Amino acid sequence: MAEITLSNLTKRFGDTLALDNVSMTVPNGAFVVLLGPTGAGKTTTLRLVSGLDQPDAGGVSIGGVDVTRMTPAQRNVAMVFQQYSLYPHMTVRENLAFPLKSPLLRYDDAQIARKVGEVAEMLQIAHKLDNKATALSGGEMQRVSIGRALVRRPEVYLMDEPLSSLDAKLRADLRVELKNIQAQSGVPFLYVTHDQIEAMTMASHVGVLDHGRLVQFGTPREIYEDPVSVYAASRLGLPRINILPADLFAGAPSGARFIGLRPEQIRQGDGDESRVTRVEHLGDQTRLHLKFRNHDLITVTDAHSGLRSGDIVQITPDAPFYFDASGARVH
Amino acid sequence: MSGYSITEPSPRQKWVAGALVALYAIITILPLVWIIATGFKSSADAIAYPPKVVFAPSLEGYVNLFTTQTRQTAEYFAANPPETWYERIVQSKGLTIAGPSRFGERFMNSVIIGFGSTFLSVFLGTLAAYAFSRFKVPLKDDLMFFILSTRMMPPIAVAIPIFLMFRSLGLSDTHAGMILLYTAVNLSLSVWLLKGFIDEIPHEYEEAALIDGYTRFQAFTKVVLPQAATGIASTAIFCLIFAWNEYAFAVLLTSGTAQTAPPFIPTIIGNAGQDWPAVAAGATLFLLPVMVFTILLRKHLLRGITFGAVRK
Repeated sequence: MAEITLSNLTKRFGDTLALDNVSMTVPNGAFVVLLGPTGAGKTTTLRLVSGLDQPDAGGVSIGGVDVTRMTPAQRNVAMVFQQYSLYPHMTVRENLAFPLKSPLLRYDDAQIARKVGEVAEMLQIAHKLDNKATALSGGEMQRVSIGRALVRRPEVYLMDEPLSSLDAKLRADLRVELKNIQAQSGVPFLYVTHDQIEAMTMASHVGVLDHGRLVQFGTPREIYEDPVSVYAASRLGLPRINILPADLFAGAPSGARFIGLRPEQIRQGDGDESRVTRVEHLGDQTRLHLKFRNHDLITVTDAHSGLRSGDIVQITPDAPFYFDASGARVH
Repeated sequence: MSGYSITEPSPRQKWVAGALVALYAIITILPLVWIIATGFKSSADAIAYPPKVVFAPSLEGYVNLFTTQTRQTAEYFAANPPETWYERIVQSKGLTIAGPSRFGERFMNSVIIGFGSTFLSVFLGTLAAYAFSRFKVPLKDDLMFFILSTRMMPPIAVAIPIFLMFRSLGLSDTHAGMILLYTAVNLSLSVWLLKGFIDEIPHEYEEAALIDGYTRFQAFTKVVLPQAATGIASTAIFCLIFAWNEYAFAVLLTSGTAQTAPPFIPTIIGNAGQDWPAVAAGATLFLLPVMVFTILLRKHLLRGITFGAVRK
C-alpha cells in the first residue's frame, strides 16, 4: 500500500492518442473510480499503472519509487481484467493459488489453502473450487478473476469493471466487500466502472476521463455538485442531468449557452408551465418526463405522486449549472 | 423428440456417413493388413497366387529379419540339434544362425535420429514461434517468408551441396549430422504450425501471469506451453513422420554407422533371395513407433482447441 502518482502520462496506439498528458495522485488508502465512455482511456490508465504497457511519455511512481520501467511483478500490483483471463487449463483452486505460488510470494501450502478458502468463501465460489475454470458461468468467472487479485495484498488493486457480469444482489454484496477490504487493508484501488451506484458509493475520489484527458478529479460529491463541464456533469447522476438552452429560463449569466438541471435543481410548483409526457413509478421515486417549450427533460418527484401524463407541472430552476458554448462551466 | 431436427442427423444420413467412413477405413487399412499378414507368412505363402487369405502363421520372416544365416550339412545338424524355436525354423531350410542381423542397430539409429530431430524441431520451433507471435521482430514478415521458403522445393533438390557440406564438415554418416539435417528440414513446418497455434492463445493469459508475479519466461512455461500442448503434439507427430520415413537423404548420407531403417529394409531382399516375409516383418516393426507415439499424444490431439476463459 502506497501513494500512486501518475505524472504527464501519454500513450499512443498508432494514430489514436489513448492518454494525453494525464497527471493524478492516488492517495494512500484511496478508492479512485475512473469514469468515461468507451475509448476515454480508463483501461489504458490501468494498464500503464500495472506495467503491462509502457507510456510514450510521463511516468508512474508507487510509494515515491519511479516504477515506469519496471515489470508488473516488480511493481507488485494486482489486476482484475475486464475479460477475466482465467487460466483455462487450471481449476478454480489453481487459478486462485497461482499468484500465491509466484516467485514474488512463495507462500507455503497451508497458507495458500487458507487464503484461497477465505477468498472463495467471500466470493461465494467455494463449492466451485475443483471446477475447471472453463466450466463456469460468466458471473462465476468474474468472481474467480476478482479472487485472483484479492488473495494478495499488493501495492495497488487495479480493477476493470469487476462487477459488470454479476446479478444485482451479488453486485451489492461485493460492493460492500470490496469497500471493506479497502478500508481494512488500506491498499489503494484504481477502479473502472460504468455503474453510477458503484462510483457514488465506493469512490473516495473520481477521475473523469474524456478522450484521453483527465478533465476533473475530486470526491464524488465535488464532481456531482461542482462539475467543470457538461461532460463531467453527465458522468454522474440518475436520471442524467438535463442540458437545455440557457435562454429558456430567465437569469442566465452572460456567456452562458446551456443550462444544466439535475432533478433536484428543478423546483416544482411554481414558475413556468410544462406538460407531463410520461410517468415512471420506480417504487422509491417517480420519474417525470416533461415537455417544456418543445424541449424534453426528466426529473424526479414524490414516490406516491398522483400525476398522470397530460398534467401540467410548473417548474423553475433552483441553483442550476451554466455552461458556455464549448461546454465549460460558467459561474 | 420426433421428426425433423437440425442438429440430429436422420438414421439414413447416419447410415450413409457410416458406410463412407467404413469404406475409407477399408481402403486405408487394407495395405497395412497386407503387410502385417505377409510378415507372418512362410516364404511360399507370401508369393502364392492367388494370395492366401487363410494361412498357417509363421515367424520365419521375423527370424530372418533379426538373424544372419549360413547353410550347413546334415551331419552338422545331427551333431548339433537345434535347441530353440527359432533355430528349428531355420534348420527346416537347412540353415543355421550365424549371428544377429543389423536390423536392431538400424532400428535404434532411426529411433535416435527420428526422436532426436523431432525434439529439436519442436523445441526450437516453439521458442521461435512464440517470439514471432508475441514480440516486435524486425522484418517479421520477411523472416517468416524466408523460413517458409526453405520448403518451397523438395529438400532432396539440394542433396549434392548438402552431401559436399557434410563430407567436408565430417557430418556424413553421423547421428548428429542426420539429426541436424532433419531438424533443418522440419523447422520451417514447425515454426509455421506452432505460430498458428500460439497466435490462437489470447495474450491476456500471459498478462494475467505477469500481473500475478511471474516473469515473461515463467508465464511462457506455465501458461502458454500447457495451452499449446495440442499444437506441440500435432507438430511433433508431423516432424517425427517426416524424419522417420525419410529415405533419400538416408541413402545418400548414411552407410556404416548411422544408417536408418528405411534404407536398410530394402537390402533385406538381396540377402537370401526374395524374402518378402522378412521385408514385411521389418516394415511392420518400423510402423510401430510412429503408431505408439501418435496414440500416446492422441489425448492432446483430441482435446482440440480449448474453449478459453477469456470473455470475447
